Amino acid sequence: MDSPVVTVDGLHKRYGSTVAVEDVSFYVRRGEIFGLLGPNGAGKTTTVECLQGLRRADAGALRILGLDPARQTQELRRRIGSQLQESALPDRIKVWEALRLFSSGSDGDTSARLLDEWGLAGKRDATFAGLSGGQRQRLFVALALLGDPEVVFLDEMTTGLDPSARRVAWQLIETIRDQGTTVVLVTHFMDEAERLCDRVAIVDRGRVALMGAPQDLIVQHAGAVQVLFTAEGVDPAWLRTLSGVTDVRERGGAVEVEGEGPILARVAAALASRGIEPADLRVERSSLEDVFLSVVGAREGMEG
Amino acid sequence: MRSLAKTSWVELKLFAREPLTVVFTFALPLVLLFVLGSVFGNTPDPSVYRGVGAMDYYVPAYAGLVIASLGLIALPTHLAGYRERGILRRFRASPVPLWSVFGAHVLVTMASAAAGSVLLIIVAALSYDILAPVSPAGFAGAFVLGALAFSAIGALLGAAMPTARAAQGAGVLLWFVMMIIAGAGPPPEVLTDATRAVADTTPLRHVILLLQDPWLGFGWNLAETGIVVAWLAGSAALAVILLRRRA
Repeated sequence: MDSPVVTVDGLHKRYGSTVAVEDVSFYVRRGEIFGLLGPNGAGKTTTVECLQGLRRADAGALRILGLDPARQTQELRRRIGSQLQESALPDRIKVWEALRLFSSGSDGDTSARLLDEWGLAGKRDATFAGLSGGQRQRLFVALALLGDPEVVFLDEMTTGLDPSARRVAWQLIETIRDQGTTVVLVTHFMDEAERLCDRVAIVDRGRVALMGAPQDLIVQHAGAVQVLFTAEGVDPAWLRTLSGVTDVRERGGAVEVEGEGPILARVAAALASRGIEPADLRVERSSLEDVFLSVVGAREGMEG
Repeated sequence: MRSLAKTSWVELKLFAREPLTVVFTFALPLVLLFVLGSVFGNTPDPSVYRGVGAMDYYVPAYAGLVIASLGLIALPTHLAGYRERGILRRFRASPVPLWSVFGAHVLVTMASAAAGSVLLIIVAALSYDILAPVSPAGFAGAFVLGALAFSAIGALLGAAMPTARAAQGAGVLLWFVMMIIAGAGPPPEVLTDATRAVADTTPLRHVILLLQDPWLGFGWNLAETGIVVAWLAGSAALAVILLRRRA
């Protein structure tokens, strides 16, 4: 295996008396999409800003592409791309001017291709102030990808995009990865992380709570499977005796069977053997969101 | 250097797309010049205007006024807006070095000040029988020094003010006060001693004297050079400190 392109070891950062990042460590492999997840204020953005050399870590060892972001900042900037939260361009700058300004050299072809891919070809001569929120967001991603960076940081990239634009953005990010670029994705959208990320770190209150591939995390931390169906006038308590079933709940005909392993097949067989054939028999697997909620708890729900 | 050239070109275009700034920089000093010219004419009177004609007095003074409007209003508003809106953050995360952004702001300030002053001098020369500069090289040197000093003052204001609106408000206020008392309004000779003392604390007073002396044939003013250089160095140092902390 390649050595990691990003390593963070014991990162600590405080602003005055507020600790933004308590102790964060993780690594990112070359060519993967790595997700930093966490509730608002968990320290994701601060972590990324330290990696980009925008902030200086109070403690900890950071390396990107073998470079120290605090010291070799300028060299690093040429090899990484960044899409930042809460940034802007001058109101009256035109899209093509911004691309030319931020490109390092003969990126003419790249600019045209990026405008095309990110759906901005028709907005070449529009000013930044004239772009919609989603178009601005896409322009920032395009700017981050100028000059074919080896690592690209995308911070809340799909915030402000409508659902169809999000899907397009996801496909483009997979394309970026397929071209060999390592992607560090900061997001609070769990569906996005589950769909895109090869590995994720869930950051909570300044620490890494969990790290791994989304599917592994789901199996380890929210492995329960739920089988759902509706059956009027049936007492489903006997389903509890099936192997793997841990709980059965019934309310007004809606039955929830919870357990582990291939319980859908077992429940289906058991129902069929009694002549019960519900039309809506289905299984629900846990998602990354369940893992996230089990780690972070519902406490953050009101803040999001 | 390439990034400085690229950034400066974009910044120059951005400046030209701000109609209010352009009008303020180029048209307002011209309007003032014509209003005062219609009142005072250009016949020398030994008791006022340093003993020269009003128009001869005002033309170099208004070159200073153009510099001041850019350094007190245009640059701080622009820079504070860059900080406030995260545009500087955007630059910091890009391969464009931050010094080339600030360098571009200074170059655009210098270039627009030069353009505004050249326009003013041409229009004044066509409309009034003004004195040609006695020492054009001296005037040019004074102009560069004055414009650099006000660029530094502008960077300092832009770094210190929390928002673009605050920077604009403070800038317009400072500009009007300086315009009235620092030698670009009524002749300094008619002001009270107290007002003149206040005027001496403003950088515009010293930049105007630095500009007028070579133009009017009083020679290069060393004392004013020292004061303007001090404004330049002090403001630049403070601006660098603040921008390091707040950019």
